[in-house]
Amino acid sequence: MRLTLHVWRQKDAQSPGRMVRYDVSDVNEHMSFLEMLDVLNEDLTLKGADPIVFEHDCREGICGCCGIVINGIAHGPLPGTTVCQLHMRHFKDGDELYLEPWRARAFPVIRDLMVDRAALDRIMAAGGYISVSTGSAPDANALPVPKDKAEISMDAAACIGCGACVAACPNASAALFTAAKISHLGLLPQGQPERMKRALDMVAVLNEEFGGCTNAGECEAVCPKTISIEVIARMNRDFLKSSWTYRPMVEKGGAG
Amino acid sequence: MQLEAKIPSGPIEKAWDKCRFEMKLVNPANRRKYEVIVVGSGLAGASAAATLGELGYNVKCFCYQDSARRAHSIAAQGGINAAKNYQNDGDSIYRLFFDTVKGGDFRSREANVYRLAQVSVDIIDQCVAQGVPFAREYGGTLANRSFGGAQVSRTFYARGQTGQQLLIGAYQSLMRQVGAGRVKMYPRTEMLDLIVIDGRARGIVTRDMVTGAIETHLADAVALGTGGYGNVYYLSTNATGCNGTAVWRAYKRGAAFGNPCFAQIHPTCIPMTGEYQSKLTLMSESLRNDGRIWVSQKPADKRPAGQIPEAERDYFLERRYPSFGNLVPRDVASRNAKSVCDEGRGVGETGLGVYLDFADAINRLGRHTIAERYGNLFEMYELITGEDPYSVPMRIYPAIHYTMGGLWVDYKLMSTIPGLFVIGEANFSDHGANRLGASALMQGLADGYFILPYTVGDYLATASLEKAAEDHPACREAEQNVRSITNRLLAVNGKRTVDSFHRELGKIMWEQCGMSRNEAGLKKALEQIPQLREEFWQDVRVPGEGQEINQSLEKAGRLADFMELAELMCLDALDRSESCGGHFREESQTPDGEALRDDERFSYVAAWEHQGPDTKPVLHKEPLKFDYVIPSQRSYK
Repeated sequence: MRLTLHVWRQKDAQSPGRMVRYDVSDVNEHMSFLEMLDVLNEDLTLKGADPIVFEHDCREGICGCCGIVINGIAHGPLPGTTVCQLHMRHFKDGDELYLEPWRARAFPVIRDLMVDRAALDRIMAAGGYISVSTGSAPDANALPVPKDKAEISMDAAACIGCGACVAACPNASAALFTAAKISHLGLLPQGQPERMKRALDMVAVLNEEFGGCTNAGECEAVCPKTISIEVIARMNRDFLKSSWTYRPMVEKGGAG
Repeated sequence: MQLEAKIPSGPIEKAWDKCRFEMKLVNPANRRKYEVIVVGSGLAGASAAATLGELGYNVKCFCYQDSARRAHSIAAQGGINAAKNYQNDGDSIYRLFFDTVKGGDFRSREANVYRLAQVSVDIIDQCVAQGVPFAREYGGTLANRSFGGAQVSRTFYARGQTGQQLLIGAYQSLMRQVGAGRVKMYPRTEMLDLIVIDGRARGIVTRDMVTGAIETHLADAVALGTGGYGNVYYLSTNATGCNGTAVWRAYKRGAAFGNPCFAQIHPTCIPMTGEYQSKLTLMSESLRNDGRIWVSQKPADKRPAGQIPEAERDYFLERRYPSFGNLVPRDVASRNAKSVCDEGRGVGETGLGVYLDFADAINRLGRHTIAERYGNLFEMYELITGEDPYSVPMRIYPAIHYTMGGLWVDYKLMSTIPGLFVIGEANFSDHGANRLGASALMQGLADGYFILPYTVGDYLATASLEKAAEDHPACREAEQNVRSITNRLLAVNGKRTVDSFHRELGKIMWEQCGMSRNEAGLKKALEQIPQLREEFWQDVRVPGEGQEINQSLEKAGRLADFMELAELMCLDALDRSESCGGHFREESQTPDGEALRDDERFSYVAAWEHQGPDTKPVLHKEPLKFDYVIPSQRSYK
């Protein structure tokens, strides 16, 4: 099949970008979307042009590196799928496709379709963990976890941190990402001791770097791991509760 | 070069305890005075960096991806082994140790494997405490499954995403240390050389993949957790960015390379469809529990699977291995699939595939049960191939999956360069010539959480290091080396793309140093690879500049190293004229075509020492001694 691509080309965060048209022929239906771009890049390289920069690594939908907005939809038209798992059989001969990077103030463009998602790591560093140093864990079966809790926790933990939720959100909010982590840990007994502080600390960074959530629900629609916005409700509940009730610990000396 | 494995004397059960006691400690107040570099943020790297941070060292952790959470450990599906014996089915540390030594076809060190089995139980405790959502029973206790033909249920899992969940657990601990200021992360930064001062590893030279800046980072110890080199074959189940550059540059600085020819080929991957193919996707081995593998009895049979009557099908694994059937180990299943395809009986457009058929299982157990067991895998298969495995058989073909070889390390995970530690898949490892399912995750985390943090301390406490200076000639020289490689690659400006060379290298390796190897083929590869390398350096086209983001340049640098590493793999494969584990030499087989080990001549670790360009590396041998698990021939008939 033949396709017409319009690809966002931008040298760096400071330079202006623009759409550039490419005609791609001989697209095989078994190719993945990224393999189609590989073939185009080979062609550009041999013609002496700069290949299109896009991020990718595992190419099996789990590392969270890849992400392209295709015709306005983060990760493209197939629900529950990263762009690396999207195959060309879902397109037809003559299709015209517009390829853009994730667009959000918190995700500056590095080049072309590649953006800087370090802000997501900063949310994690603020509290997306359980403070347990290596060696201090009790026996794994000492703390039973109800099967249903473990399952819902796992649903949230499936987040791959790709940032599609941010790209799709009209406010460029990372609420789904943050809430998925707060849910994953907050549903488990191990996560209870820090549950309140975690919600406060992570949401603080979320609000600093990203837009606010207005329940548009676009994030859920594009999430390649189909994480439900139920997690956002859970985050809001924890955040509200901790805002009203959490009392920071006062360090009193004297242990020495 | 002296290979000192430093295995503690005395009974194997006490070896690690004894070693831990004999190791020197660093006073807690002094730890912050030491800098430790960890390269890689997969299971081994992230767990090591986090733990060293917790202990109070100053840690710098580097990864080529945009975040520490993306390393390819994340793609492991099946699970992680641990000798918890929660199922009361007779498992024990000794049994896990025994199975791993035997599964590795008696080419691993007993003491290392015993320690691995010992700490496996601590890993599960640690991961659960971090919030890894492992599968549970209704009573809230942990669920287990049997994996890869093991006779006990010792595998812990989180759906089909165990690697992801364990990595996220380690990443969370790492981010906690980043938040606390004990670890500094350097994402999008690639290690391109090792700095060795006075015979000790003292730092690395990196390239910032966004700005192109070449930088020196000094430290008191360096740990490489940079994964395997399966991408030497171009097509593999590895991520596209996985590479052997860090270990290769360390090798060229004097670290011995152990068993480079030991690569594992996984039997159940989705077959390739064309030249444009960029990677192969693995389907969990658990599918062989219920799927039956077959091809037509007739060569070049183009009928669709459903039109081939039962009587004309060849269930070749069940026929050849009546007692294990479809559950024979990975290497045996892979070789048999290749041989039926070589006979022209392969399926699919390319003829490189065999059927994995669930029709019988669906008839017997019902579609619902099969969906419950493998639903997510079936979905993934359909996403990629466009075929529904509930109604037509899956097509599968073997693919490169894991490399057991890697940098040689002693019992304390230190390479032959003092101060250079190697962890996880990057070291020559505890898996011998063949890794068992669900053991890679175990080893990565064992090294990172529970072994390296002790042994690095011992090294720092005893090395009495002077402060290294950035203007030391060794730093200058390493930086210059990196710059000159980069400049050379950019200057060629030839007519072929990096990927076209990589595909060609991959084909040579797959044909001659893949599932089945022989002297003539390996000798041919040893002629082809240097020729291809020469052509690469004369005709590759790397567009763009060095001082900017340049994905072609990144790939070219990695490929340049793969081109050299491939040659070492073939040399090693040629030298080891026995068959063992994943390494099948056609000259060494039993009358009925099974792998034949030669313990008399080859019961050793092959450790290769670099001798400079255009000089054959020197082979050193670390003899292997088996005091507990007596070597026997594997048989699955």
